[in-house]
Amino acid sequence: MSTAYARDPGGTHPPLASPGYRSTLLRAPSQPPVWLEHSLTEVTGPVLGEGRVLPGDHDLTTQHAGEPLGERIIVHGRVLDSDGRAVPDTLVELWQANAAGRYAHVRDQHPAPLDPHFTGVGRCLTDSAGGYRFVTVKPGAYPWRNHENAWRATHLHFSLFGRAFVQRLVTQMYFPGDPLFGQDPIFLAVPEAARHRMICAFDLSATVPDWALAYRFDIVLRGRDQTPTET
Amino acid sequence: MLGLTPSQTVGPFFSHALTWPDGPVVDEGPDSFWLRGTVFDGEGALVSDALIETWQPDGAGRFNHPGFRGYGRCGTDDHGRWAVRTVLPGVVPAPDGRPQAPHIAVSVFARGLLDRVVTRVYFADSTVEDPVLSALPADRRETLLARRSADGYEFDIRLRGERETVFFAV
Ligand SMILES: [Fe+2]
Repeated sequence: MSTAYARDPGGTHPPLASPGYRSTLLRAPSQPPVWLEHSLTEVTGPVLGEGRVLPGDHDLTTQHAGEPLGERIIVHGRVLDSDGRAVPDTLVELWQANAAGRYAHVRDQHPAPLDPHFTGVGRCLTDSAGGYRFVTVKPGAYPWRNHENAWRATHLHFSLFGRAFVQRLVTQMYFPGDPLFGQDPIFLAVPEAARHRMICAFDLSATVPDWALAYRFDIVLRGRDQTPTET
Repeated sequence: MLGLTPSQTVGPFFSHALTWPDGPVVDEGPDSFWLRGTVFDGEGALVSDALIETWQPDGAGRFNHPGFRGYGRCGTDDHGRWAVRTVLPGVVPAPDGRPQAPHIAVSVFARGLLDRVVTRVYFADSTVEDPVLSALPADRRETLLARRSADGYEFDIRLRGERETVFFAV
């Protein structure tokens, strides 16, 4: 068996050159990428565990003296590889706008209020079953300058490492039934058949009665190459 | 087979979440140096909102060796500049067992990149023959060579256009 990882099947990721998303025009490479066989460099990856995550980092509602405004939600799920195997002990990073649609970032100019009780940054390590869980508030939608009256669909940003350099993934999680999907070129850049994989599911079983609603979002990273190699 | 989660752009507002005070420090031992560079877009403009991540073995070619993180992460500043403090990586074999020249794997994330782009830093003064480099046309090979600088090496990244950096499909 090969030690390599499976390649991304077509129809998974958005093409780098997606003209509807204007910033791609000057930033997407013009040359096709050069095929690289996987050596140890690609099939290994950083172990970013202890020390990177402090107790409470998974709860974005308790990082300040008071609670942030907005609808409190639980976002949880599992990190798996495409063979269905759990990816345990891997760093998951989350960042998002506040309930008014404003990031606590110096360059965000959207005239919506900052929330002194919300930074919008969380991190955690997956457990032995690949599970993760965040407590946060539902972010607001926000406008951007891509086209006339452009609004991003409501989303959380996620960053994942997996176990290998080739498994590294930065993505966004969306909410079911968002009316903004149809005009968001970042969401629409993903091949249609794969878009649903970025949308979380309402999860009644994980809600906490009288406290918070819950959404489930499983994240699937690349698995091992199953093709036997002749050597 | 489960369907893979698609990639999305890191967007413009990640630096407060994804950069760490010690992110640029892969290693600061006596043999360490600064690997620095600038990121340019297709019109030669500075890219001041990119995230650069590096991955490498220690000087003996060992990945994840105890005490050696091997991973660096640095956002670009207002001048499109990034830097990681590190050491020369050791030799790692290619899949066919031949040696590869010392190299550092690099991911570039940015607004306008719907997926990361992946490249490799090689060192212009290395004497090891490399199967990946030698398979490239000479003019494109140049884009992967870090040059000696006052305090280490310099490696610019051109996302698009003239002297566009070679990016790899991994
Ligand atoms: Fe965003």
